[in-house]
Amino acid sequence: MSTPLLKVLDIHKRYGSEEVLRGVSFDVERGETKVFIGPSGTGKSTLLRCVNQLTPPDKGQVFLEGAEVTHHKADINRLRASMGFVFQDFNLFAHLTAMQNVGIGPMTVNGMHKQRAQARALAELERVGLGEKSNAYPAQLSGGQQQRVSIARALAMDPKLILFDEPTSALDPELIGEVLEVMIELAREGMTMLCVTHEMGFARSVANEIIFMEHGVIVEQGPPQQMFTNAKHPRTGEFLRKISELYGETNQ
Amino acid sequence: MTFLFKWEWLPKLASGLLVTVEVTATCVTIGFVLGILLALARVYGRKPLSIPANIFIQFFRGTPLLVQLLLVYYGLPQLGITISAVLSAILALGLNTAAYQAEYFRGAIQSVKKGQMLAARSLGMSLPQSIRYVILPQALRLVIPAWSNELILMLKGSSIVYIVTILDIMGESKRIANKYFNYLDVYVVAALFYLALVLIVSLLLRELERRVRIPGLGLSIERR
Repeated sequence: MSTPLLKVLDIHKRYGSEEVLRGVSFDVERGETKVFIGPSGTGKSTLLRCVNQLTPPDKGQVFLEGAEVTHHKADINRLRASMGFVFQDFNLFAHLTAMQNVGIGPMTVNGMHKQRAQARALAELERVGLGEKSNAYPAQLSGGQQQRVSIARALAMDPKLILFDEPTSALDPELIGEVLEVMIELAREGMTMLCVTHEMGFARSVANEIIFMEHGVIVEQGPPQQMFTNAKHPRTGEFLRKISELYGETNQ
Repeated sequence: MTFLFKWEWLPKLASGLLVTVEVTATCVTIGFVLGILLALARVYGRKPLSIPANIFIQFFRGTPLLVQLLLVYYGLPQLGITISAVLSAILALGLNTAAYQAEYFRGAIQSVKKGQMLAARSLGMSLPQSIRYVILPQALRLVIPAWSNELILMLKGSSIVYIVTILDIMGESKRIANKYFNYLDVYVVAALFYLALVLIVSLLLRELERRVRIPGLGLSIERR
């Protein structure tokens, strides 16, 4: 058996008296898309941040291709560079154009030459359908466009996987589709993705597995078909029904 | 009574003007570099860095500039360290403005949105890289209005260096005033010199602020 791309082992995280994560473990294989769902405050976003150590867990281990990310001697900057992160509120660099936003990672972190980084940035922007916006600043772009730039920014680092933290939650309903389209395309191209999202249409069409979390633990996990039609845990079925009503089945 | 300005004062005042500009420019530059380092130490430094930075800032903001200047010029020689008047002035004023600038920079750094640092780190940038490529470029834009104030204060505040025998605008005017027993006219002209300097600097900084504005950000209510 080969090592999984990502191995997450018994992650615990506490904020003050509140234990946000209480022992979460899962494996991610190459090319897999996992969707994390669950009520707000169950630690889904914290879990994603524990994976790339933006939030160091109190206990537990994360391995990327067998290398321990959580080890205190790990070259965390190098490891983070190979894990893209897409934020709910985009967090594009406000003082840089779309092209500079995408090119700055390869230039500063990978030492790529400016011209090559620009060419790469432009290619990634075209990939998310924003080639003509390369000279626009974030404040001149719509939310959906900003989120697509931030996906391009992650892609430009040639990541081994991308972590999506509620990528469409801050968007106007009519802008959600353009971001999901890009994500679906990525999943189909074989990008490994971990997504915290309530977009069940997306989950149904590309997720290999849905992970339902509540109170800091994984309650149930399985392929979308099984989770939607044949959930073992009553809470899972209840939650999925509610969320499907609420968010509808946007985008197929 | 008549205004008795004499054209022969002009060369002296002009050389004073040059000294004022030189002293201010040097001090503000020292203060800029040191101020950024102090602000970074306070915001990102661990205790061994942030506590000394804080003590430095509190000392130089909490004691009068005049006392600091006299301490350097007259006090240090008693410890066997004798430095020239100009160097004393630059040291005292430079360290003083560094403390003030540090606080302006700190405010600006802290008002850059939290997510900017998260995004930089998540790309794999180190902390120094994130500061250099993401935080400072934004903080330096935000700081311009407050920083303009400090520059203007320094232009005028530098007039106290005449106390340690430096012939800046103030030093030259005092000499002329004493020589001609004419205080009103000379000091009015000196005041106008300072005013002109301040106006020029304000205009330049406003232009700078306009040029580095981030397109699309900070939209204001349009005038009708």
